[in-house]
Amino acid sequence: MTASAQRPAAEAAEQDSDLIIVDGLIKHFPIRAGILRRQVGAVQAVDGLNFAVKRGETFSIVGESGCGKSTTARLLTRLLEPTAGKITLEGRDITHLKDAQLRPLRRDMQMIFQDPYSSLNPRHTVGKIVGAPFRLQGVTPPGGVKKAVQELLADVGLNPEHYNRYPHEFSGGQRQRIGIARTLALRPRLIVADEPVSALDVSIQAQILNLLEDLQEEFDLTYVIIAHDLSVVRHVSDRVAVMYLGKIVELADAEALYGTPMHPYTVALMSAVPVPDTRRREQRGRILLSGDVPSPISPPPACRFHTRCWKAQEICRTEEPPLVELVTRHQVACHFPENFPDKAVDER
Amino acid sequence: MTTSALRDLVTRHPGQADEQPFLEVVDLRVHFPTDDGLVKSVDGLSFALDRGRTLGIVGESGSGKSVTSLAIMGLHTRPASEQTRPGAQLSGEIYLDGDELLGKTPEYVRGLRGKRMAMIFQDPLSAMNPYYSVGHQIIEAYRIHNPVNKKVARKHAIDMLGRVGIPEPSRRVDAYPHQFSGGMRQRAMIAMALSCDPDLLIADEPTTALDVTVQAQILDLIRDLQSEFNSSVVLITHDLGVVAELADDVLVMYAGRAVEYGSADQLFNRPAHPYTWGLLGSMPRFDTPRSERLLAIRGTPPSLINVPPGCPFHPRCEYVTRNEGRSEEVRPELTPVEPGHTVACHLSQTDREEIWEQEIVPKL
Repeated sequence: MTASAQRPAAEAAEQDSDLIIVDGLIKHFPIRAGILRRQVGAVQAVDGLNFAVKRGETFSIVGESGCGKSTTARLLTRLLEPTAGKITLEGRDITHLKDAQLRPLRRDMQMIFQDPYSSLNPRHTVGKIVGAPFRLQGVTPPGGVKKAVQELLADVGLNPEHYNRYPHEFSGGQRQRIGIARTLALRPRLIVADEPVSALDVSIQAQILNLLEDLQEEFDLTYVIIAHDLSVVRHVSDRVAVMYLGKIVELADAEALYGTPMHPYTVALMSAVPVPDTRRREQRGRILLSGDVPSPISPPPACRFHTRCWKAQEICRTEEPPLVELVTRHQVACHFPENFPDKAVDER
Repeated sequence: MTTSALRDLVTRHPGQADEQPFLEVVDLRVHFPTDDGLVKSVDGLSFALDRGRTLGIVGESGSGKSVTSLAIMGLHTRPASEQTRPGAQLSGEIYLDGDELLGKTPEYVRGLRGKRMAMIFQDPLSAMNPYYSVGHQIIEAYRIHNPVNKKVARKHAIDMLGRVGIPEPSRRVDAYPHQFSGGMRQRAMIAMALSCDPDLLIADEPTTALDVTVQAQILDLIRDLQSEFNSSVVLITHDLGVVAELADDVLVMYAGRAVEYGSADQLFNRPAHPYTWGLLGSMPRFDTPRSERLLAIRGTPPSLINVPPGCPFHPRCEYVTRNEGRSEEVRPELTPVEPGHTVACHLSQTDREEIWEQEIVPKL
């Protein structure tokens, strides 16, 4: 395997089943200063992502704040335009489409937002909010908009009679359901959910996670879920990508990733999750990372994790490890992966 | 119920039952008058905490956890008079080392803050003053309680910043809050709270705003500093994982009341209240095989203006039918199920054990 063959061959063969393919995706936000607003640097929010999301699966991106996961979500739904790279949705290049060209595509891809308070217009009734996609797309559902909206409300577990109520009359969990009903209106194929449950209480979180699961089955949805909570990600995902400072450091099936994490960052991340079990308090070997995540304005050279990694050697400071498939369906970008027989990867 | 009877129900961990607890809250009520009605944020809460121990208070938003901590710290605005500005109506008793606080003047309680008790807030950005350097804010608190000159206080501030793991503390002491990252700000606030070696530390969601790797650092820090200073800690959180990491005892709150109280071991291994089961079942687990579905609690938390009669949890409880209607009518009191473990629930002991063993455990 070579570094240039960034997507494994096996995956290329399965391309037909890929709903969305991301190739070398980069997003840099320019920093401007001075009177002339000259660019003096860039926040390298997303810096070279390669992955594909298959139809019907739940693909999660997990990482800490500032790792670029929300930017990735916004790039996928083309709320942001990539600096470089390519996004292909169902075989169509959507990387640089204009707003007008994107509009028809929005039927197929929708987004669930984190904050159920700011993502609903407080002056609109629930009926208007959930019916908005029909209006914007000029679609008249069979039986009329009102009937369709009431069905959608029932689908997400809300009372259809609440059609004329306003968002403030609902609790946080119910508002999140309203947002989900809106995303479902046009029967999208892809739903990108950016921290869909992090603003909710635990008991409500479980309700929404169960709902997302039911809807996926019922409407044959593909999810891309962005989250920082590793337990939530494990529960919902088929495959998981771990991001650190704008790059994917590990990508694998959820079971493999959680069972045998290979990247030291993933290992540290997992060891830090508090477990609700007092018996484990003593036995846990926790890896404490020192310091904070470096600034994405000037990320460390080569392996971006080397400044905090306990396994870092000279090579980690000079040569960037590519994301390679070390074990079947398990990609990792590290010179010295964990849970791998050959500690050093020499063939590269 | 009399105060002494309530006190008897507040069980302490075995061996220390006769000693005066360091912090004792008895029948605390905090009500807020609003245009819509009286919001009963805390409605009859009692608990005790010994020196050197950590009490975790768990509950969802609106369960009264933060309101309780503000009441202990004396930070609620009291109504100046009946007609003027609205404020909190407090009743009950709060004893800090035998000293009743609710009846004291605000000036007296202010004298205790910092030295006797200190608080770590959830959001360090809004808890710190952006106009003053971090060091200034630590020095200010330290000099109120310690008659030292600025130079000594500054040295102490640098010392504290170093202790909580801030790199280059002698340089960072002059930095402003916005120049710190979220994790560093939280550390700085911990340094501020600990600068006078408080006997009681209240940490209100100290890690909720932080990333998991930083959270692990902060939890370790609180644990280390606690053992160093032998402080008592009240840890308020919605995250049962954080509680399991740090707490000796756990109090579960629902709608302003305690529904279960016991040692961390009892709460996690033999929880007795359906709400506690629901909380455990709602959390996706990291350490057990992946479950198909989460055991969600149905419905939503009640309005604190119209708290359901009887057991406040009954509209959401799966087992409400097992109590012949008592749940709707009679408010359950905290009753012991084993030494040091109390629960406010009408379920019979046999029902409870049967449900836990046969219905809950297999689904966790």
